[in-house]
Amino acid sequence: MAGSALKEGIAPGRLEPGDYAANFADLHPPLDRHEAHVEADRCYFCYDAPCMNACPTSIDIAMFIRQIATDNPMGAAETIFSQNILGGMCARVCPTEQLCEEACVREEAEGKPVKIGQLQRYATDIAMQESRQFFTRAAPTGKRIAVVGAGPAGLACAHRLAVKGHDVTVLDARPKAGGLNEYGIASYKTVDGFAQAEVEYVTAIGGITIELGQRLGANVSLDDLKSRYDAVFLGIGLGGVNALKAEGEDADGVRDAVDFIAELRQAEDLSTLAVGRRVVVIGGGMTAIDAAVQAKLLGAEEVTICYRRGKQEMNASGFEQDLAASKGVTIRHWLAPKRVLTRDGKVAGIELEYTQLVDGRLVGLGHTMTIACDQVFKAIGQSFEPRWAEGLALVGGRIDTDAEGRTSRQGIWAGGDCVVGGDDLTVTAVAQGRDAAESIHTSLMGGTHG
Amino acid sequence: MADLTTHFAGIKSPNPFWLASAPPTDKAYNVERALKAGWGGVVWKTLGEEGPPVVNVNGPRYGAIWGADRRLLGLNNIELITDRALQQNLREIKEIKMKWPDRAVVVSIMVPCEEESWKAILPLVEETGADGIELNFGCPHGMSERGMGSAVGQVPEYVEMVVRWCKQYTRMPVITKLTPNITDVRKPARAAKAGGTDAVSLINTINSITAVNLDTFSPEPSIDGKGTHGGYCGPAVKPIALSMVSEIARDPETYGLPISGIGGISTWRDAAEFMALGSGTVQVCTAAMTYGFKIVEEMITGLSNWMDEKGYASVDEFVGRAVRNVTDWQYLNLNYVTKARIDQDLCIKCGRCHIACEDTSHQAITKDKDGKRHFEVMDDECVGCNLCVNVCPVDDCITMVEVAPGLVDQRTGQVVPGEYANWTTHPNNPMAKVAEPAE
Repeated sequence: MAGSALKEGIAPGRLEPGDYAANFADLHPPLDRHEAHVEADRCYFCYDAPCMNACPTSIDIAMFIRQIATDNPMGAAETIFSQNILGGMCARVCPTEQLCEEACVREEAEGKPVKIGQLQRYATDIAMQESRQFFTRAAPTGKRIAVVGAGPAGLACAHRLAVKGHDVTVLDARPKAGGLNEYGIASYKTVDGFAQAEVEYVTAIGGITIELGQRLGANVSLDDLKSRYDAVFLGIGLGGVNALKAEGEDADGVRDAVDFIAELRQAEDLSTLAVGRRVVVIGGGMTAIDAAVQAKLLGAEEVTICYRRGKQEMNASGFEQDLAASKGVTIRHWLAPKRVLTRDGKVAGIELEYTQLVDGRLVGLGHTMTIACDQVFKAIGQSFEPRWAEGLALVGGRIDTDAEGRTSRQGIWAGGDCVVGGDDLTVTAVAQGRDAAESIHTSLMGGTHG
Repeated sequence: MADLTTHFAGIKSPNPFWLASAPPTDKAYNVERALKAGWGGVVWKTLGEEGPPVVNVNGPRYGAIWGADRRLLGLNNIELITDRALQQNLREIKEIKMKWPDRAVVVSIMVPCEEESWKAILPLVEETGADGIELNFGCPHGMSERGMGSAVGQVPEYVEMVVRWCKQYTRMPVITKLTPNITDVRKPARAAKAGGTDAVSLINTINSITAVNLDTFSPEPSIDGKGTHGGYCGPAVKPIALSMVSEIARDPETYGLPISGIGGISTWRDAAEFMALGSGTVQVCTAAMTYGFKIVEEMITGLSNWMDEKGYASVDEFVGRAVRNVTDWQYLNLNYVTKARIDQDLCIKCGRCHIACEDTSHQAITKDKDGKRHFEVMDDECVGCNLCVNVCPVDDCITMVEVAPGLVDQRTGQVVPGEYANWTTHPNNPMAKVAEPAE
């Protein structure tokens, strides 16, 4: 046991140096060729395949699996990328058990769907490792488009625009492109710098310039972009983190889960990353799970997720919940944070109130319980920063768009987490970015498709 | 437990499962292991005439095709007859037979198509105490180029001639092994019977190239960039073998001639099917070469349990029971009408029945109902072809249900007649055997 394994407070180096790599290794090691073929053989090649219809990007899954089964992984990759240029990341992070794999007829038949995500990764890995590009740019159109946000929506939009022959400038506030793929996803889901490799793969088509350190509302304004470019696409995600609205929230040791995840993703040496001995994560979504599991993997002795509603209401998928449980994370339901307890200004525990649904409304029951802890992560959702969207109509605090991604201002499109009606999924962001690109193209080229 | 003892052309064995003449029976070591494992008999790998033995290629001898998870479906080989000295084989055969008197030990032979050659080898084999001989008229590769194997089996006159020599020069039962590489397998079977054979065995392997290497453009298996046709066997050939066995079993000229069934037999069920079509014993090779000799335990217990379940005390009670049900197309009952039925509780909604029917057949299966995926047979379009049953991935989900006589076939609008009627009397048949009305 490492020297600081049981150290009170927030401390680095809780594991033996050699244990970090094993803990943060690939969650699903890639399928080898034989495994991929065996799995591909399980696919029935359904008529009007339900998996395809369940995919937000409508990848022809039955076809790419058949291409894998017939030893044509490049053909499979082309099938995937033609619908979803970020198919490599989606293969890793999609909640497939709620999308394609839930729809798989083998799920109905035997409760064991074809491992579509793993097969998608098999094909896309092969193509990306060989730097195989499947798209060439159309003749230059002379049109210039600004894409704000180099996350999944922005990259998908930029790629499709580049394919159409437009010149694209992608602006992003962070030091690296990739958005949540680079900063917001647990590291064991996307190992070996995959997010950056994917950015390179997507931009290799040419015609895409990425400018980093460009923050909308700070050193870039929407009006400025609108005047300098033929069209603007906003894929700016959600900047704000919701507050706990609990007393003591500002104590030393309370932190946004998204920042913790981002720091972990960027850490050169995980043993320098501090984590509490006893950690409580407030929230019920993927971010809560990612933060809790990674805290545990960093050596926290006890990690507890507290969610104010029940298991059914958790945004985290069943798979994610099981993953957390398998790593030793405790998930507790019907507990809402009431007060962060401190000692010497530092977190010492958290007091939570029992809750229940009464006539569909969540109410506190008045009695409370306390969990001793030295670190609290807030993962109760993110919100859109309206000040970034000058003059755009919002609904429910997010940008309102039509089906093609057009905002209320002519010449400005938007997609991804920042728009209304999204489900905060990478794959949905990709679909919206791609479709907005088609709309932009149609609009700029006077309705001619091509 | 049912009695699996077989009496086949004068040869007794404790069960009908023999190992076919092939690599697994090339020497005492393997045969000993097989008999210990429980095989009822072996057909020793083909002996050639005295003198320097044949040589085999030193590269790959086998090619294959696979199903899901590399499950071996078909195997092909370009191995020749035994490449060991005749005397060594004879010595080992004798030892084995002495040690295992209750098992069938049959010796496969292939020598040039000359009377002297057969006259010379038969006494040597007889001296071993073997129970019988099998004439290898089947191997399609290598030896056939030298005028042996299938080169003999493809000429009924040669078959008859060689069988006659064998019956003349040995008291041992003669089993004539037939090649499937021929248009009508009944012809060599009839010739063998005319020559006096005690039994036939079939099928030998089928001419085949298993694959082409798309990098080198060499056929597989590849010997230094070249390939040749080899003999195909394994589960993939079973339907062909069953048909050929049935043809001989029901041919009036060979009816009652003992048959040893061969061709893709891998399980007790395969064996029972061959036996139902008239095979007194069965011979196995590929399944043993895939899984080892232990599979015979499954075959023995499976056949025995099935016989117990059906009340068959001995194999004779069911051997040939299916022969009477093999007929010519023209005698099939055209008044037998079926429709496919999809069990909606079992259906997993893959839609393969729909697309198979829609794209390639009769447009008789729906794809939706009230806006939802729903696959249901439309009786007014269904011809009862069974394609949907065959492509459905779920056991018993789609079944063929008979439209009882007296009910209306929704497709034709006609009442299904109760009486049997076939093509020979059908009005559309210009050759129909119905009396022309008087002029």
